[in-house]
Parts: sequence; structure tokens; C-alpha cells
Amino acid sequence: MEELLSVINLQKNFDELEVLKDVSFSVKSREAVTIIGASGSGKSTLLRSINLLERPSGGQILFHGQNIMENSFDVNSYRQKVAMVFQNFNLFNHLNVLQNCLIGQTKVKKIGKDEALDKALYYLEKVGMRQFKDAYPQTLSGGQKQRVAIARALAMEPEIVLFDEPTSALDPEMVQEVLDIMQKLAKEGLTMIVVTHEMQFARDVSDKVIFMDKGIIAEEGSAEDIFAHPKNPRTIQFLSRYRQSFV
Amino acid sequence: MAIDFGKLADIFVTNWPMFLHGIYITVLFAIVGTVCGFIIGLIIGSLKTIKVNDYDKPIIKILKTMMQAVLRFYVWVFRGTPMMIQAVFLYYLFKPLINWTSFEAALVIISVNTGAYMAEIIRSGIQSIDKGQSEAAQSIGMSHFQNLIYIILPQAIQNSFPSIGNQLIVNIKDSSMLNVLQVTELYFQTMSIAGSNMRFIETYLISAIIYLILTSVASFILNCLERKTNHEGKKRHIDFCS
Repeated sequence: MEELLSVINLQKNFDELEVLKDVSFSVKSREAVTIIGASGSGKSTLLRSINLLERPSGGQILFHGQNIMENSFDVNSYRQKVAMVFQNFNLFNHLNVLQNCLIGQTKVKKIGKDEALDKALYYLEKVGMRQFKDAYPQTLSGGQKQRVAIARALAMEPEIVLFDEPTSALDPEMVQEVLDIMQKLAKEGLTMIVVTHEMQFARDVSDKVIFMDKGIIAEEGSAEDIFAHPKNPRTIQFLSRYRQSFV
Repeated sequence: MAIDFGKLADIFVTNWPMFLHGIYITVLFAIVGTVCGFIIGLIIGSLKTIKVNDYDKPIIKILKTMMQAVLRFYVWVFRGTPMMIQAVFLYYLFKPLINWTSFEAALVIISVNTGAYMAEIIRSGIQSIDKGQSEAAQSIGMSHFQNLIYIILPQAIQNSFPSIGNQLIVNIKDSSMLNVLQVTELYFQTMSIAGSNMRFIETYLISAIIYLILTSVASFILNCLERKTNHEGKKRHIDFCS
């Protein structure tokens, strides 16, 4: 299968601090990749670098074989194809649920009104938020907001969706409703990269798991490889708490 | 030191057409100044969000740096000098070039002066918006200006509405400074009336009362508008498809 996205020797420094040292991995179409690791290991920075919310300091990111860091590259049209779901939802506060799902389609992709509306409602239905289409974000629970944020991302019909700790800001009882939707999407073949602390979820949905430690990929493999037979001592240590309870 | 209240009505009845004309010009200056100043403020506040990036080409870096310097200079000068001096200086400076009337000059000067204050109001309004809003806009492929127009400015304007409205009240009063250009706003009219009847205390008291009524009405309208925008902020339906 074609490599959709390749990250090659990626580096990111914040002044003196090296957050990403030398990261390489690739994602194929219809693959679900999860990135796990301790806080501060560079997971989120890696994900944010992929859609250039952070400008990498070195290395390459190839999308369909094209280097996205070249100056001539059209970042805005790339971002339409690489949607992102944030830890803090970041729904547009002045727009209602439906408008949140429409604005990218109509203003960025310039899709016609009827088609945009159909798509917005379709994806809101998919995340179970269609009946809240007229609600404003401040009236929704965290789990509902994140489901809308997922619908907003999907309404752009992206080729890949990046999830940046999508359940970390949620109350525990709301985590599952979001994970269930993500799992459903993964099963349907949505290409996704998920930074997460939800180990069971990572194990259930991942085609590939990446364990990051101190700015490098310490171990990479199938969910089975990483969770059942981790090799790197850091991976073993990191997963020890999880593995005691589940394996 | 005595106020002859009996004279108040007298003076007003005798001179009401002059007062009325003064009110008209003052309100016109205040509204035009605030609306045009708001538009200038929106443009400058938005331009101020354009940051120099490490990966910009050198020429772009230079242009952006120069533009920011010009904008800073504008705000610095117009907030840092009295409008009276700006008025006289600019009126005579441009008079030979564009041959404007003092009335036209007054409209431009109050707008440009208000624009400098509005630029700061809009800039701080933009800064008060959570960074996540911009990131979300970028993540769906919005350009910097789409992000400003559809996401950031609507929220920034709503948040800074009280300060924006306050400029209208300031302008009702500060337009009096434009009397140096001999425009017939309320303060200039008051001077003329008092100069002819020599009843300074009573005439200026009438003027003060008129200003107070104007500012009170303005703040009442602004309060209503503010309540309405806050309310509609929750419920309004903007048709983004059209």
C-alpha cells in the first residue's frame, strides 16, 4: 500500500531544548497509528509538526511523496487534507455546532451550501450530535464538544486525521463516548494518528503503535508487539502499570 | 458667583437654532469618527497580527518589520499628542495639497485619531482570544485572513464591545477640540452665543447639560446594543453558506 505520510529524521528545537531529536516513521492509507509515551516525550509536538502548527527545525515530512516543508508548498490546502482534533476541542465559540461543521467547507473548500449542509449533518449524525446542531459550544459537555470537533474535522473529508490527546481533558465518564467513535472510525478505515494515554484503546485500534521517549521513537511495532512483547526497557517500564492490570 | 436660572430658558429659546446646529455637527463628528475609527482600528489591529516568521524570505521580513514600525509610529503619535494640535497641524499641512475645508479636515482628523485608540482596543481584543481558536482555524486550512475575518475578529469585537462603544462617548466630548478648526460643533456654537450675550455661566451650563444628555443617550443605546449582542452571541444565526 502507498505511504500516505512519511516523517523522516524530524527535529524540533524550542530554543536550546531539543523536543524531537530524530524521528522517522510512516503512515499508510487506512492505517490507525497511535503514539504513546510519557508527558514531555515529544508526542504532541510531533503531531503538531505534522500539520505545521509547529515548524520543524529539521528533517522532512512527505505527503504523497511531496515535501511539505518546502517554501513553495501550499500549506493551507495541505491542512484541508490533514485535519486535527485537539485536546481542548477548540470549537469556534461564536458559532453553533452546525456552523462549526460548515465554515471550513464553505469558506475554505468553497463547497456549495446544500452539499456542505448534507455533509455537516451526516458527520454530526455519525458522532451522535445531530440533535445538538443549533447548540453553542459553551452549552455542551466536554465529551459532546469533542464529538463535534471530530465531526468538524471529518466534514472536511480529510485524508488523515490527527488526534492530539482527544480524551485527556475529559471527565472520566465521558472518555468512552469519544473513544467509541474513534474506534468506529478506525474500523471504517479512516487514516489516523492518535496521541493518547488510553492504552486499552491504543491496543484495540492500532495497526501500528509508536512509543516515544525523550524526543525519539524508542520502539515501534504492532499493537501486539508493543503491548504483549515490548523489547525496549523504557517501553517495558512505561507499560508496566498497564500490563499488570491487563496482561 | 451666581447662576441666573431664569436666564437659562431665555438663552436657550433665543439661540436654539444655533445649539441645534451644534448638536447636529457634534453628533455627526462623534458617529463618523467612531465608525471610521473603528474601521481603521480593525484594519490596523489585524495588520498588527502579522508576525515575522523565521522561515520568511528576507524581503518579506523587511517589509513586515517596516509595516509594523509604521503602525507603531501611527498609534504612538496619535495617542501621544492632543487632537487639537493634530487638527491644526494636519489641516494646514494638507491644505495646499488637497485644498480641503476645515469641516472635511475635522471629519478626517477625528477618524484618524479614534483609529489609533481603536487599533489598540482591537489588538487587545484579538490577544484575548484563546490561541486554540486560531489553531483550529489553521487546522482546517484557513489562511491568516480567513482566520481573522471568520473566527478571531467576530469574537474580539464582541469581547471589546464596551471599549469600542466608550469611544463614541469620548468622541462626543472630544469633538469639542475641533473648534480650533472653526467648525460649528456644539462647543464652537456655545462660544459664539456666550460671546454675544456675555452670559458665560448660563450659556456654558446649557452646553454642559446638552453634552450630558448626548453622552447619556449614547451610553443607554450602547448598553442596549451590548445586551443584544451578548444575547445574540448565544442564539444568533449567521448564514455562512450564503
